Amino acid sequence: MKQYSNAYIIGFAAGVCLICSIVVATSAVVLKERQDLNKVLDRQKKVLIVADLLEDGHAITADEAQQLFDDNIRIRAIDIESGDFDDTVDTLTYDQRKATKDPALSRVAPANRAGITRLPLKALVYERVAGDEIELLILPIEGKGLWSTLYGFLALAPDTTTIEGLTFYEHGETPGLGGEIDNPRWKALWKGRSAYDAEGKPAITVIKGAAGPAEDDPYRVDGLSGSTLTGRGVSNLVQFWLSDDGFAPFLEKFRAERSAG
Amino acid sequence: MKAAHKKALFDPLVNDNPIASQVLGICSALAVTTKLETSVVMSLAVIAVMALSNLSISVIRNFIPPSIRIIVQLTIIASLVIVTDQVLQAFVFDISKQLSVFVGLIITNCIVMGRAEAFAMQNPPVDSFLDGIGNGLGYSLILLVVGFFRELLGAGKLFGYSVMPLVTEGGWYQPNGLMVLAPGAFFLIGIFIWLLRNFKPELRES
Repeated sequence: MKQYSNAYIIGFAAGVCLICSIVVATSAVVLKERQDLNKVLDRQKKVLIVADLLEDGHAITADEAQQLFDDNIRIRAIDIESGDFDDTVDTLTYDQRKATKDPALSRVAPANRAGITRLPLKALVYERVAGDEIELLILPIEGKGLWSTLYGFLALAPDTTTIEGLTFYEHGETPGLGGEIDNPRWKALWKGRSAYDAEGKPAITVIKGAAGPAEDDPYRVDGLSGSTLTGRGVSNLVQFWLSDDGFAPFLEKFRAERSAG
Repeated sequence: MKAAHKKALFDPLVNDNPIASQVLGICSALAVTTKLETSVVMSLAVIAVMALSNLSISVIRNFIPPSIRIIVQLTIIASLVIVTDQVLQAFVFDISKQLSVFVGLIITNCIVMGRAEAFAMQNPPVDSFLDGIGNGLGYSLILLVVGFFRELLGAGKLFGYSVMPLVTEGGWYQPNGLMVLAPGAFFLIGIFIWLLRNFKPELRES
C-alpha cells in the first residue's frame, strides 16, 4: 500500500474541509432569503390556523396568506409588564425572538417552571378583527418542552378565558411522541376549555390520561401517551404566559376596556 | 449503455436491494414512511446525496490517504446532507418540517457510507455515480411501497387525498392504527423481504 506522509494527510484533510465548508456556506447564504420568507409565511399560516381562518393542512400561496392576514389580523405591540398597548413599536419589523436575546429590549424572567430565562419587554399580540369588533386574541407563547423550546400561539375568546385554539409553529420534540403536539386532533381538544378558574388563576393543565368533554372538564386536556414530559412543559408554559408575569396584566386591561366601552 | 453501467444502476433495485437484501437503512425507512409525500421527498434526497457522494468520493479516490478515508467520506456525505437539507427548507418547507431530523440523519444511513466505502473507493466516477443512483432507487422502491401501504391502510389516503373514506369522517373504512406506528413498517418490510427471497432463492443466506 502506498505510504502517505503526515504533511500530505493533514494537507488533504484541510483541503477537503475547506472545500466542504465553502459548499455548505454557499448553499446556506444563497438560500437564506427564501428560507426566511418560508418562515415568515409559516408563522402567518400558523396565526391564520389558530385564528380559524385557514384549515390545517390546506395549501395556500404566499400571496393568499398575506392577503388573508392583512384583511383579518391586526398586530399590536404591548408592554408585557404593564399590559398597555405600545404603538411606538414597529410591528412589521419587530422581532420578538431577537428582542428576547437583546439585553436592552428584555429583562431577566422571574422564577418560573416554563424554563424561560429572559422575557422581552414588548410582545406582539394578534387580534382577529371583523370590522372594528375583536373576535379573537392570539398570544405568542414559548417555553421548554422535553428537549427543546416550544414556540406557539394561544387563541383566546374576547372573554379572555375561553380557549379557542393552541398551536406550536416550532419545536424539536420527538416525532411521533412529544411531536404529536402538532396533531390536529390533539390541538382540537383545547377548543372551548377555560384558561382561568373561577378565582382568575391560570388553571388549564395537560393531564396524564384522558379528560372529559370541554363543558364537564374545562380545566384539563388529555395527555399524549409517550410524552408526559412534553405535556408537562406545555402545561407549565401555558400557565406561565397566563400568569401575572405573562399576559395577565394585558388581559385584565383588555377586559376592563371592553366592559367600559 | 455499457453492461457494467447497467448493472451498477439496476442491480440494486431488486437483485441487490440495499434494504431488502442487505438490510441496511432500516431506521429511516421506518420513520418517514407514514405518508407517501414524505417518502417521495426523502427518496429524492437520498438519491441526490448518494449519487453526489459516490461521484465526489470516486473522483478523489486515488488521493485519499487510507488512514483517514472514513472520516473524509463522512465529511463529504455530511456536507451534501446539509446542502440537501438547506434546499428542502428553501423549496418544500412544509415537507422539510415533517421530515424534521430524518434528513439530517441521512448522514448515518448505512447505505450511503456503505456504497462509498464498498464501491466508490474502487470504481471510476461514472460507474460510482450510477451505483449511487441505483442504490438510491433501490432504497426509494422500498420507501414508496411501504409508504403506499402505510398511508393507504393507516389513513385511507394517498398523497393526502382520501381514497377510502374513514369511519370517523362518515365513510366505511376503519383505519389500521398499527400502520401509522413504526411496527407497521417493520411488518411491511418483513413481508417484502420474504416475498423477494421467495421469488429469488439465490438471495437467501445459507
